[in-house]
Amino acid sequence: MRELTGAIQETAERLLRDKEVELVVGFAAGSLPLRNTPCFIRRPHEAQNLVWGYGCENNLAVFLRRRPEKLAVVAKGCDSRSIVELIKENQINREKLVIIGVPCRGMIDRRKVNRLLAGKELLEAEVNDGQVRLKGRDFQETVLLEQLLHDSCLTCPHPNPVLYDILLGEPVPAKGADSRSKAGEVDWEAKAPAEKRAYLFAELSRCIRCYACRQACPMCFCEECFADCSVPEWLSRSSLNVQDNVFFQAVRVIHLAGRCVDCGACDRACPMGINLHVLTSKMTKDVQEVFGYTAGVSLEEKPPLAAPISLT
Amino acid sequence: MLLLNKDQITSWLNKLIPAYQVFAPVKEGDYFCFQQIRSGEQAVLNYTNSRIPPKEILFPRSEKLFCYRCETGGVQLTEQVDESKKVVVGVRPCDAKSFLLLDKVFNGDQYVDPYYLTRRNNTVLVGLGCNQPAATCFCTSLSGGPFSAEGLDLLFVDIGDQYLVEVVTERGKELLSGMELPVAGQEAQEAARAVKESAVCSTLVDLGGLKYRLDVNFDDPIWALLAEKCLGCAACTYTCPTCHCFDIVDEAAGKEGCRIRNWDACMFPLFTLHGSGHNPRPTGKERFRQRIMHKFKYFVDNYGTIACVGCGRCILSCPVNLDIRQVIEQISQAGGDQQ
Ligand code: SF4
Ligand code: SF4
Ligand code: SF4
Ligand code: SF4
Repeated sequence: MRELTGAIQETAERLLRDKEVELVVGFAAGSLPLRNTPCFIRRPHEAQNLVWGYGCENNLAVFLRRRPEKLAVVAKGCDSRSIVELIKENQINREKLVIIGVPCRGMIDRRKVNRLLAGKELLEAEVNDGQVRLKGRDFQETVLLEQLLHDSCLTCPHPNPVLYDILLGEPVPAKGADSRSKAGEVDWEAKAPAEKRAYLFAELSRCIRCYACRQACPMCFCEECFADCSVPEWLSRSSLNVQDNVFFQAVRVIHLAGRCVDCGACDRACPMGINLHVLTSKMTKDVQEVFGYTAGVSLEEKPPLAAPISLT
Repeated sequence: MLLLNKDQITSWLNKLIPAYQVFAPVKEGDYFCFQQIRSGEQAVLNYTNSRIPPKEILFPRSEKLFCYRCETGGVQLTEQVDESKKVVVGVRPCDAKSFLLLDKVFNGDQYVDPYYLTRRNNTVLVGLGCNQPAATCFCTSLSGGPFSAEGLDLLFVDIGDQYLVEVVTERGKELLSGMELPVAGQEAQEAARAVKESAVCSTLVDLGGLKYRLDVNFDDPIWALLAEKCLGCAACTYTCPTCHCFDIVDEAAGKEGCRIRNWDACMFPLFTLHGSGHNPRPTGKERFRQRIMHKFKYFVDNYGTIACVGCGRCILSCPVNLDIRQVIEQISQAGGDQQ
């Protein structure tokens, strides 16, 4: 991590100094333990604020759509896949973007940390050799990194950037794709329809319609979201209407079919801890099975809805 | 000051439940929230704070204001004012203070909101002091404190197996009637004092120069930089105990419908979109500026106090870790020696 941080800083500094780009989008140290935060660097000497860590959980592709300036982005596997889809959808001009690819070892799920600590407050954390040391007021615990990674990271088939101009660090081994439809402990496909319904209703009864999920998604960029449309009003504005909370997510996920790279950014953004990954992982799996299409892995392959239908 | 054994809490709440709607912290998913409880055992009082503030009990995420029905000869209206008696147990001092701020908006000189106010007048607030403030808490920087009784009817101080109960108002006292609680002796008072002394908010936010900056920095380039990583969601405002913006819509089908008030957020583009298509706050910069200005300048200009109680919820909820403490610091520092 430390070497990657150094390499990112150097690369960013050079790109800005040589005026190859006007802006570098990356991550800086966050204000909470195990948290990094998106940052925008414009001056060469500010490149020292860039870091790489296990809290670089946001999908930075969300900041790259329709930008006027020439810029660089620090992209892990999932960011790079979203970038590929956004290029295909004419939201990113490839000529104006320098992709600094970083192979990803997975990001830490702070919700898993909190569950493990069962109410004790995390004040400090350190990751070393596959171990995470968690410290609080009167405790100290060491946990395997593997136990704390996001479910979407544990099963990520493309942790290495698929598209880049500069690659920093060594590629990491990809995980098996077979467990993709199992979002962590929830075995979605094993559930009967009534159980699926009950599960979604229970999860989305907590939804407050803050739309953080939508805003965090690089692929959610409709000029007017159907959820905001008032003529006609497709769904109730009330988050106490659980049926419509489910309807909102169902439509959102269907709108993302063939475009969603299952990065988990929506799931991580949700302040209520609602399991959205269960929906995106099932949908991406279905798209693979039905259309043989995996979003984000190739610039050439046409998206399912744009490709001619084969009738054989 | 009285003493209540922790094992009496359940029976006390069970005694209240027939007479009041009782709300208490319960665990929902990974977080705590205030919910109406049907039995005293459901209340969890060893919690840090709820993800959604208890403001939603008095100012719900969504509420019917009135319903209507078109009939031959006219329209029939039914008003939906909630007159039930409520008790909220386990309110943290920062959230108690937030009700005093909401009062200024919903019970002001120019406008009195019957929906909020009726609930407010019928609600008794039972506070719970914070033995161990979280690292994100900064109530002491906003003239609050982990054991402040401001805005509460009763305040519980956790001293181990017992709560020391500070009776703040008559309404609070009534809640305890029939319990025949003993008066706290020297020892219990000593224990409470020790607990209060050891509860420190480690985060201090210097608000000294902020208002001076906000009075003059409306056009400062800093806003574009501060807002750059903001996604424009409502995670911060919907989890904030003092945010109070709303939108009113009709939900109707056929000949009947209801007028409904829903929470709304200044961070959404739609919030200020005019019917003409013009939007006075066209980008994230203006919207982010509005959120900060409203809390730390406009509210001060209008009501003489800051609309933030330092609960830290927005820090924990923001999907990009846009930390309000750092925002305050950066704005104040950008002032340099101009002050
Ligand atoms: S829907 Fe969620 S998982 Fe899919 S691309 Fe968008 S943010 Fe990522
Ligand atoms: S982020 Fe979570 S709470 Fe917010 S709208 Fe999405 S699902 Fe609902
Ligand atoms: S602005 Fe943030 S810290 Fe202040 S009261 Fe609102 S949620 Fe709490
Ligand atoms: S929660 Fe964070 S990203 Fe969302 S609107 Fe607030 S500051 Fe912006």
